[in-house]
This record gives sequence, C-alpha cells and structure tokens, in this order.
Amino acid sequence: MITKKVYLYFPKSETEKPIVCELIRNFDLTINIFRAKVTPEEEGYLSLEITGTEEHLEQAYEFLKGFDVVIHAGSKAVHWDSERCTHCGNCLTHCPTGALHLADQATRTVAFTEEKCIECLSCITNCPFGVCTSAF
Amino acid sequence: MTKTYAEINEKIAAGKAVVLTAEEVIDYVDRHGLDKAAQEVDVVTTATFGPMCSSGCFLNFGHSTPKMRISEAWIADVPAYCGIAAVDVYLGATELRQNDPANMYFPGEFRYGGGHVIEDLVAGKKLQLFGLSYGTDDYPRREIRTMFDINDLNQAIMTNPRNCYQNYNVAVNCSDKTIHTYLGILKPRMRNMTYCSAGQLAPLLNDPTYQTIGVGTSVWLAGARGIVYAQGTQHCSEVERGANEVPVEGAGTLGLSGDMKQMLPEFVRGASFKGYGCTLALGVGIPIPILNPEILKRTTVRDRDISACVIDYASDYPQKTGKVLARFNYEQLRSGQVELDGRKVAVSSISSYHKALKICNLLKAEIEDGSFLLSEPSQRLPLHQGMNSLEITGPNK
Repeated sequence: MITKKVYLYFPKSETEKPIVCELIRNFDLTINIFRAKVTPEEEGYLSLEITGTEEHLEQAYEFLKGFDVVIHAGSKAVHWDSERCTHCGNCLTHCPTGALHLADQATRTVAFTEEKCIECLSCITNCPFGVCTSAF
Repeated sequence: MTKTYAEINEKIAAGKAVVLTAEEVIDYVDRHGLDKAAQEVDVVTTATFGPMCSSGCFLNFGHSTPKMRISEAWIADVPAYCGIAAVDVYLGATELRQNDPANMYFPGEFRYGGGHVIEDLVAGKKLQLFGLSYGTDDYPRREIRTMFDINDLNQAIMTNPRNCYQNYNVAVNCSDKTIHTYLGILKPRMRNMTYCSAGQLAPLLNDPTYQTIGVGTSVWLAGARGIVYAQGTQHCSEVERGANEVPVEGAGTLGLSGDMKQMLPEFVRGASFKGYGCTLALGVGIPIPILNPEILKRTTVRDRDISACVIDYASDYPQKTGKVLARFNYEQLRSGQVELDGRKVAVSSISSYHKALKICNLLKAEIEDGSFLLSEPSQRLPLHQGMNSLEITGPNK
C-alpha cells in the first residue's frame, strides 16, 4: 500500500459528478480529505491523501484523466515560500503539527515539512509577510 | 589600552581590522580575556530585523510639464503626505491603502499599505502615482496619473523617526478571547507569548549606555549606508536597568535615515498584522568600535543576561496600568516555552534572529574589505531622559 497526496481542481463542468465516491468504490482507495471547497455551479478544489495499491492508484489517476479535473500530484494546497520567509518564527506557536519548525537552532532557520501539514491554514492567518499561501 | 575612531578607520582602510559579530565576540572574549581581546578586536557588528512602524520615506518626483504643486497624492493607492514642497511627499509605513476597510469587518487583513509600497519601490517595481492639486499661477496642473519606479525619482530617502528599540515588551493575552496586536495574534488565557528583539545581537543592547552609538553614527540601513540623525521618538533612557546597565524595557530608540536606492529588497519588507494594521520590517546593522575594554565588555552580553517584561496586551497594555506579569531572559524566550503562573506557555518571535545574524555577517564583510568606515557621533544620545504621558484636558480648563 502506498499513500500519495494530491489536490484537485474541478472546473464548473465537473462539480456535480460523484468523482471521489467512485474513486473509493471502484479502486478500493482510502481517502483522507484535508480540505475541500466544491460547490455546485462553481469551480472547486479538493486537497486529499489517497492510500491504495500502486496498481489501484494508477487506475485511479487514469480514471481522473477521463474528467476535466486538473491533478496536482505530490503537493498540498498550502505553499510555503522559502524566499519570502524572514525566519522570525512567529508561525511556530501557531502551527499545531510542527510542519513549520526550526531546522537549525543556532541560526534560527525556519523550515516547512509538507508531510506534516494538515492545512489548518493558521500560518496564513498569522504570517505578517504573506509567506504561506493556499491554492484555494 | 584605548583606540580612537581614526586608528580603527586606518586599520579598516588597510584591510587589517579585526571584526567580529556580536555572537562571535562572546566566546572570543571568554577565550582570550577582556584586556587582550580589547587590543585585538577593532569592531563588533550588531544588527536587528523586525517590524519598525515609525518608518517612512521622502520621495521627490521631479516636475511634469506643466508644473504641479501636488497637494494630495496616492502611490499604488496608498495616500502620501503632501504638506511639504511641490513634488516632495512623505510616505509612512503604516498608512493604509485608500478604501481599506480596516477593522470594519473584524479582524481586518491590511494586505497592502505604506510598508508594502516601500518594499515594492526598493524591489524596483513600477507603481502608480495619482496626484491632485488646486492649481496656482506658477504650478497650473491640477491632476496627474503616471507610472514610475525608484530610478525615476530624484531622491528616495528613507527617514525613520523611531527604529531599533533597545529592548521590548513580551506580549500575552490573559483574557478569554483571541486578541490581535502588533505583536501578532495572541490566543486566550496565555496560550502563546511573543517577543520582539534580536537580544544579544541588538545594537542598543550591545551599547546600553550609548557610548558609541549617537547622532552621526554610520549605520547599515537595509544594505544602504545610513546614519543616526537624531534620538528616536519616545527615546526614554531613564528606566530600570540590570547590573550590566541593560534596560529591562523599551528604553532607547534611534532616528535613522538612508538612501533607498542603495537598499537590498531582502531587508525591506512590508508586513500585515491581522486585526492591527500594516507596517514595514527592516534590517539594521550598527558597528561598535572597540575603543576600550569597557565597550568590548558590553558587547559580550548574552541572551541570558537580557531580561524583558511580560505584559498582558488584553488589559494592562491598553489601559496603561504598568503591571508586569513576569520577566524572562532571551535565552528562556528563545527556548520556545516558558512557565508562567504554573502553566507552560509557547513562545515565538516577531523579530528575526536569522536575518539579524545575516546582517551582522554582511556588515562584518563590508568592514573587512574596507568599504564601510566608522564615524564618530557628533552628539551622544540622552542617558537620563524620561517620557511624558498625554494628559487629556478640556478647552475651558
């Protein structure tokens, strides 16, 4: 079994289709939805983690390609811009999982471990420099 | 054993000066002893990077044809002050963009303001100037709308009435609801705490009695050669100090000025504090000449020797009660957790030690290669000065 993170963009034409339901039913996948914004008649986003066999995952990707869904594989919908980060560390007490952490105590360098991010978005609310952004 | 500014500058010009950062000097003096180190070390570099709200810039646009005496101006929709000569304006870091709803829909986001305009100018971006005037015989134009960048300006002089606070409050929130402050978002019932100081790297904590930093001192202002032009506003040196003369609260401040055309974008950053407002975060480096062992000793101050006061920003700060909940030193604060009233409180910083350290090293490199010479202050900063409160009085009193 492998786990992959992915976020999906649904254009208006695809928002009323039960795509996630079919992913679970047809390919025996375990799906953990971090965050979703899918409204009928509007474009939508879905950020999730998919667990299944490699074969099933490949089949699931092929299935998704049959729709107009845009697949952003391998990344979460929260982005940390290392170039813009001032390493003040204000985010550290607001990130509940330690995804944002001090990589080097001596130089107090802040780093982001994407795997630990649960997309709670508190970094976006708290960062004075707009370093963290969300795809939706 | 004493040295003069001239002697140190001669060594800098010859590429022979021994320069250490405020972090390196601590161990150096431990290893070599104070007197020997005072002979060897010529300069210690100090720095800070953090939000400094009392910042802004004077801009001169040059004259259009026909000429205009701009009486109202907006840069990228952010209002600039025009109560000075024809095409000069002053843009302040905390100015909100026109029509920003501020805290009307609480908490406001304050996404773009004066600090962001200053960041964009230094980064070389094209911005819009919109100006209005009432028109005069010699300045007939009444309206202007044009795009410009920093290279089109005759002068862009950053002029900051209050930078480099010597020390600063540590903020907590003792109330039952989240509060939004210039020290960030504070969760209820002391669930987090924020401080804002570079601690052992901070300029005025390495020269606590202003023996070398004064009016006329050359500073590294975001990469430009700047100057201390005056004591900063709210400079209040008559405060409680530790045995090492280091103040335990705000205390001294500096008025700084420098040419924005020479600045590095990395160290000039607009900032938005949700529910509070926008501002400018700035990097400042100040060299301390080691004229004698006592000055050197002050630069060996460690985070654990510098204390700061914890204040409740939900009540005691706004109501000006003067109550201090606790004191912690910067070593404790930087550990990320302190114990207050029997509970563990997570601590974070608004000031960047990482960038301050980088500035210390950049300034060190400039002094080592002979491109940054020191200047002797023409006036000392006041050492015994208090601060007035504003008494509210009626017109008929």
